[in-house]
Amino acid sequence: MIIASKLQPENAIERKTVAAGDYSLNLIKAGQVVRIVDLEGNQAADTLFYNANNPSERYSATDTLREQGNLYLTAGSQLRSNDNNVMLEIVADTCGRHDTIGGACATESNTVRYDLEKRCMHACRDSWMLAIAEHPEYGIAKRDISHNINFFMNVPVTPEGGLTFEDGISAPGKYVELQAKMDIVMLVSNCPQLNNPCNGYNPTAIEWLAWDA
Amino acid sequence: MTPYTTTLQSGGHWSLRVRRGLQMTLTDISGNGNLGMLFYNPENLLERYNAPDTLKCQHTFKLTQGHCLYSDMGRIFASITGDTVGWHETVCGNSHASHISEKWGARDYQNDRNQWHQNGNDAFLVELAKYGLGRADMAANINFFSKVTSNEQGDLRLAEGNSPVGSQITLRFEMDTLVLLHSCPHPLNTASHYPRHEIGIALSTAAPVTKDDECKNACAENQRGFANNALYHLGIDSLSMGASR
Repeated sequence: MIIASKLQPENAIERKTVAAGDYSLNLIKAGQVVRIVDLEGNQAADTLFYNANNPSERYSATDTLREQGNLYLTAGSQLRSNDNNVMLEIVADTCGRHDTIGGACATESNTVRYDLEKRCMHACRDSWMLAIAEHPEYGIAKRDISHNINFFMNVPVTPEGGLTFEDGISAPGKYVELQAKMDIVMLVSNCPQLNNPCNGYNPTAIEWLAWDA
Repeated sequence: MTPYTTTLQSGGHWSLRVRRGLQMTLTDISGNGNLGMLFYNPENLLERYNAPDTLKCQHTFKLTQGHCLYSDMGRIFASITGDTVGWHETVCGNSHASHISEKWGARDYQNDRNQWHQNGNDAFLVELAKYGLGRADMAANINFFSKVTSNEQGDLRLAEGNSPVGSQITLRFEMDTLVLLHSCPHPLNTASHYPRHEIGIALSTAAPVTKDDECKNACAENQRGFANNALYHLGIDSLSMGASR
């Protein structure tokens, strides 16, 4: 569902660019709104969310999919935790569909998906691991790294049970906007994947903006 | 080994360490059952079943014979070597206590003893705690015997009558695995009464993996998954397993 936002970038309380292959770790207060912009198109933003006051409560793809009865995320989707609480809601979306079953790239899964020699290549889970190692103050550990959302990514499932990774339906400047329903730690890996059409074999920067409630 | 058999009663849960080279055959004794399952590496509990990797490695949304079940470390916990059902799902997670009481009423242990309405989330939490694990460690699980389809818009639907009485699925374990399982209803089940079903479990020695193995050769990805397992077992093979595997 395409819903444009009325929020203006000049009113944002924070605005930054996250380079391809970098992570972004942010604290978002309940009520605040965050926007991720796909600056150049076809990028994937691999995102995890935690309850800032108790990180063992975190985003759960299974709870989210089950409660909304649908595989894809877009405006109106409520993002649920492993305790089945609503953590955030997608309040604007100019892309129309985001994936949450494809998971994130890891050096280990790259060996299986592409080639045993791809282990050396930078992957989203490396970015998350560095983020949690560099920020022990959030109390997040590897056991908390679970299924994620791939904003801007297109992973269609067929009625026969097939699964494909397709060229993105995103384009330069498309964005998704989320409003926090509780205090949230948001961990984004701006995907460095070079082997997959999800970012057109050329990872690019995203923009991150936040507004007060 | 002499095969070991047991029955998981309705709303039950269990966990066990399964050695590499064993196979586990699950039987849907009552029909239209559901068996939630999770895998962990007993040597490193941070390594666990990864549903997204399992699906995307094999370009599939459903699980059936020929598929391998992957950890987040690029290794294979188990291969599906037999399946009379054809479709098992791994994206809908578990029922919570709130779902169960909303649909079928909160029958509690105080009043109903073992006829209470157990839910999958609590069942896994009980088993996780036995190994020092908690809710942060609960990954997306498999729901064996349950088929969930998606239409082009992504709407999810639990198929009815997916698993006839006596349906079976066989898992061959490719590494030592801590297995957690429960027989609570699928979270999308809309039956008029709390669904009760029994699941038979049989453990026996698996036949050795041969060069023409169906699961290993199902795709290049699985061949690389087996190569990662071989690397993991390097040294162990020559000590204890001989050349048979």
